Amino acid sequence: MLRVERVHTLYGHIEALRGVDIEVKEREIVALIGSNGAGKSTLLMTICGTPQAAAGRILFEGRDITRVPTHLIMRSGIAQAPEGRRIFPRMTVLENLQMGALVGDPAKFSEDLENVFSIFPILKQRETQRGGTLSGGEQQMLAIARALMSRPRLLLLDEPSLGLAPMIVRQIFQIIQDINQKTGTTILLVEQDAFHALRLAHRGYVLVNGSIALTGTGRELLANREVRAAYLEGGATEDQ
Amino acid sequence: MTGHAGPSLKENLKDAGAMALASAALALPLVGFLTVDRAQTIVLEYRFGELLYAVAVIFVGRLLLLLANQGHSPAVLVATGAFSVLWAANAFLGIVAITWPALGWLTWIVFSVIALRAWFFMYQAGRRVKQDASDVAERAGTVIYRLGKYLGPALAAFALVMPLMPFADQRMVDLGILVLTYIMLGWGLNVVVGLAGLLDLGYVAFYAVGAYSYAIISLNWGLNFWETLPLAGAMAATFGILLGFPVLRLRGDYLAIVTLGFGEMIRLILLNWDELTNGPKGMGGIARPSFFGMPFTAAPPEGVTAVHQFFGLNFAPIHRVIWLYYIILAMALLTNWFTLRIRQLPIGRAWEALREDEIACRALGINPTNTKLTAFAIGAMFGGFAGSFFATRQGFISPESFNFLESAIILAVVVLGGMGSQIGVVVASVVLIGGPEWFRDLEAYRMVAFGALMVAIMVWRPQGLLAHREPTIHLRGRQPAPAVAARAPAR
Ligand SMILES: Nc1ncnc2c1ncn2[C@@H]1O[C@H](COP(=O)(O)OP(=O)(O)OP(=O)(O)O)[C@@H](O)[C@H]1O
Ligand SMILES: [Mg+2]
Repeated sequence: MLRVERVHTLYGHIEALRGVDIEVKEREIVALIGSNGAGKSTLLMTICGTPQAAAGRILFEGRDITRVPTHLIMRSGIAQAPEGRRIFPRMTVLENLQMGALVGDPAKFSEDLENVFSIFPILKQRETQRGGTLSGGEQQMLAIARALMSRPRLLLLDEPSLGLAPMIVRQIFQIIQDINQKTGTTILLVEQDAFHALRLAHRGYVLVNGSIALTGTGRELLANREVRAAYLEGGATEDQ
Repeated sequence: MTGHAGPSLKENLKDAGAMALASAALALPLVGFLTVDRAQTIVLEYRFGELLYAVAVIFVGRLLLLLANQGHSPAVLVATGAFSVLWAANAFLGIVAITWPALGWLTWIVFSVIALRAWFFMYQAGRRVKQDASDVAERAGTVIYRLGKYLGPALAAFALVMPLMPFADQRMVDLGILVLTYIMLGWGLNVVVGLAGLLDLGYVAFYAVGAYSYAIISLNWGLNFWETLPLAGAMAATFGILLGFPVLRLRGDYLAIVTLGFGEMIRLILLNWDELTNGPKGMGGIARPSFFGMPFTAAPPEGVTAVHQFFGLNFAPIHRVIWLYYIILAMALLTNWFTLRIRQLPIGRAWEALREDEIACRALGINPTNTKLTAFAIGAMFGGFAGSFFATRQGFISPESFNFLESAIILAVVVLGGMGSQIGVVVASVVLIGGPEWFRDLEAYRMVAFGALMVAIMVWRPQGLLAHREPTIHLRGRQPAPAVAARAPAR
């Protein structure tokens, strides 16, 4: 479904991605893990076209989107819940969701709304509340819900667990899995919480210094000694 | 927290005294001396009376504010409020003759501001138990907004009947026209600055383009006001797009500086393009609007009915003024209606989203450049309409009417009103444009009052008078049920 081939991304002279190859197949959850500054967010943003890749190719459903402007990429079936959520703080929950539906079919708005409200019941209770006054977990749910409003075939999630309490984190991961299983939405998930992400994912990639160091199924990576040493030591390991 | 067990009266007096001394030192050179040009020599005059007065005001004002802050707000409110009300009543009813009206009005302003402040302290103290200060502001905004549901129509109704009221003389209606012009300009700029969040310091350029388009078209082709208006608006919108295209990639300060430059550029072009604009001499003889083809003249040419003849009235110049008033009122209301409508459409919502987070917008499939361009073009179009009206009202325009100060005033109306708030623009226009006119008695101190007003607003309402953003979408019949809200989602 999504194929990233030898992609390089530059910020000025800094090379944040140095020839990244990944592939995401239909209906998969793929986890992308790596330490701070490895380039995970950069990879997601490059897929969306801001910044554009300096070299390499990005194919989505067979179409080359490397040089397509961001707003057109986001209209072609990809949606992103970006790092730091980036919801609109002064707009209400409902308005935020409406912003997510701008590219979609207006006739399907209420149907989609019911759909995301059934996934995130809390948002329905909060629909008239301003985005900025939601709790962190609620904001994260809103960010994901907003991305879902455009009925994406590929959903990009950047650190949905950031700053959330362990119980909410588990809840969010459960929801991600549900979205994948019920609607068949393909998900590319960037995570610091490698343990949960890899348990959930069908496959995973480990990004180190702007290139892929390791890949395998979620299980394989969880069992891998290097991965355990670098990303799981002392973290939440056998808590479930 | 300020409790009743605050500093003693002595400490307060000391504080106020220090403040008065400091201001005396500052004001001595500024207020105390005056150079006067008299019979070929310059003489130095002393204004110690004024100086003394200024220092006294500062001393008393500081003392009252301190007391208000220490839990004595009710007393302060009653004292200052009583003075303000009595003074104003006396001024309007003329019971007691006043020797120095200017000084009296200045005192009135100071006391009114203190009274307001005292009231605000009380208001806050009442609320502080439950909310913090920013929440109070938001709450106040909500209350005013609720009132605004009635305030808006009430103001519109008042505006509609105002010229027909017995107290409406020509000066009053003229002032109404002026205020309405700024309301219209404010609403136009509100689309750009308030909704789309693009800081435009050169808005007057579009006002100028509208005015000159109107003048040039009507002088050269003899089209009437209603035929020219859309052309002038289209011209201004075109300029908006032409300017917007290269500069909308810039953000914040950079955009502000470039638009500032653009405003000046337009003025310089108007100043120097003699063949088209008649340069600094300006363009005169611009057609006045007619009343459905009938002119507002005392002695119409043979075979033409003038308005006063049609209605069987005696000729009076105020008829034209009233007609102009209704034209600008209709144009302003149309602008408001349009803005309220477009806020509910995807494009309007995209403007607001863009103001909040451009990156998020892009991630949602919004094309930022086009979205900004439409905001710029629509704002420019309204500026152009207002410019056309200005030209037809004055009958004469020159580049000097379109300088930076004008942009600054329009921006002040938008910012002080509360960015993005439609009713805020109305309140700010009435206060900022109407206020100085009403305080004509203050003479030279008028601009001081204007400045004081701006400072007061900035100190107490930094987010603008009515900075409350009302959601544009509600789902009918869906209220969050408390019983459900209490249950945590089980997952
Ligand atoms: N806009 C930018 N300008 C310059 N450098 C940038 C920019 N954004 C990211 N970088 C750099 O690119 C590198 C990769 O950043 P990126 O945000 O992709 O990391 P990440 O893997 O998402 O890290 P984290 O887990 O902390 O979010 C970092 O060294 C960062 O400093
Ligand atoms: Mg990141």
